[in-house]
Amino acid sequence: MNVAVTHFNYLAVVVLMMIGLYVLFSTGNLIKRMIGLALFQTSTALFYISLGKVSGGTAAIKIYPDSPEARALAAPLDPTYVQQFGVGGVVYSNPLPHVLILTAIVVGVATLSVGLSIAVRIREAYGTVEAGEIEAVARLDTADAGRDP
Amino acid sequence: MSEIALQVNFGLNIALLLMLVAIGLAIARTRSLLAAILLMGMYSLASAVWLIVMDAADVAFTEAVVGAGISTVVLLGAILLVRAGPVRHNWRMTIAPAVLVLGVGGLLVYAVTGLPEFGDPASPTNAHVGRSYLIQTSDEIGVPNVVTAVLASYRGFDTLGETVVVFAAGIGVALMLGFGPRSNLPRAPAATGDHHVVLRVTAKLLIPLIALFAFYVQFHGDLGAGGGFQAGVILAVAPILHALVFGLRGTIAALPVRAVRSVATMGVLLYSGVGVVCMINGGGFLDYDYLFPPSVEAMIPPGLMGEPYHAHHWGQHFGIFFIELGVLLTVAATMVTIFYGFAGRAAEEPGAST
Repeated sequence: MNVAVTHFNYLAVVVLMMIGLYVLFSTGNLIKRMIGLALFQTSTALFYISLGKVSGGTAAIKIYPDSPEARALAAPLDPTYVQQFGVGGVVYSNPLPHVLILTAIVVGVATLSVGLSIAVRIREAYGTVEAGEIEAVARLDTADAGRDP
Repeated sequence: MSEIALQVNFGLNIALLLMLVAIGLAIARTRSLLAAILLMGMYSLASAVWLIVMDAADVAFTEAVVGAGISTVVLLGAILLVRAGPVRHNWRMTIAPAVLVLGVGGLLVYAVTGLPEFGDPASPTNAHVGRSYLIQTSDEIGVPNVVTAVLASYRGFDTLGETVVVFAAGIGVALMLGFGPRSNLPRAPAATGDHHVVLRVTAKLLIPLIALFAFYVQFHGDLGAGGGFQAGVILAVAPILHALVFGLRGTIAALPVRAVRSVATMGVLLYSGVGVVCMINGGGFLDYDYLFPPSVEAMIPPGLMGEPYHAHHWGQHFGIFFIELGVLLTVAATMVTIFYGFAGRAAEEPGAST
């Protein structure tokens, strides 16, 4: 099959990652930069989850083998495929990336808050959140400090 | 593998990813910070739907609560505090990043074509450690939700680290912005008129239900999608909604800053305390098989033991229960602390209101 189809998820993730990176670099506004960083972070999450998907799989919550639910999930799949890759007659997606990303999302919002609170303090100290203007104010400050003996 | 259900699934996957790319482009294009933040909320909601298609029910839960809920509130609080106008545009600052981004993107596309096919069950990611967790969870842990088993038991040490990072971030925000309003807040103007009455009545109805739902997600986490992280964020939404509708002053009176601070600490202590108890009883750190000393295990009535090889699972069940409780306390209290920090700053600013 065509790479654009079989690897579509990964290509879309790369596009999202590049959008995040572009937002991060193309603006001096610290809040907008944090939004770009959050986009970048989300694209990493999408990449991990895409890697862990197993075709024909279901969420990694165990179902009793030979229950009606298990049979219904296995029905549309090839029996040898279920035999080879299933656990107890059901094919599950890989739970490990889910664990890693679940905690990363909560840590992500906590670190986003730290970044934003730093931006708030920068605004209080320099009167702006534009990176270029902050540098100008800082340069003025050091020039003043140099003049005073 | 060409059944109609699988094709529908793949089609949904493509449609949702295209939607995410479109929202991402809109975020890059807009100059308004408010629009960018609201688009981020939409992005999170769309990615939560996509995560359901990818079978990641627990992650979808987290993304919907965190992305569309808490992070939007925090970002809105931040733009209120910095009073940022529209983002300034500078042609000089678009060309160099665009070239850099296209270069990196090209390299990544080249790398991506070498990955195993999407959905390949025999890929190195899916064939080894993830699959062995799926096979062994029933015998070793005994909870149906494999994500919870891996999160709380197999990788409990990892999760302790994540919980401590969340706690540390809460401390960071508190150090930066304070634990809440420093001075006594001026009394909120008495509710005059009735134009907010629908909001107030609905919020009063919703807040207890949100808290109840958080506890359901918490205690149902080893059977279905859910757990301490999701429940903690949902639980934090209840006081945040209260503060948004009734004013910060009332919320802090009901839920003092000091209490929130100590609850956050207690969560981390409870989590690491479980690990220390396991060590005292002769196991490794966070080895729940040793949570109860053998004398206590011997007192469990045989009727509750199930099959003989289930004997150790009581330790696992209680270990997961306690550490998920620790995660709930820390995450909920940290989110409320972060909100108090931002909202307290805003309340002090002259002319701004929460």
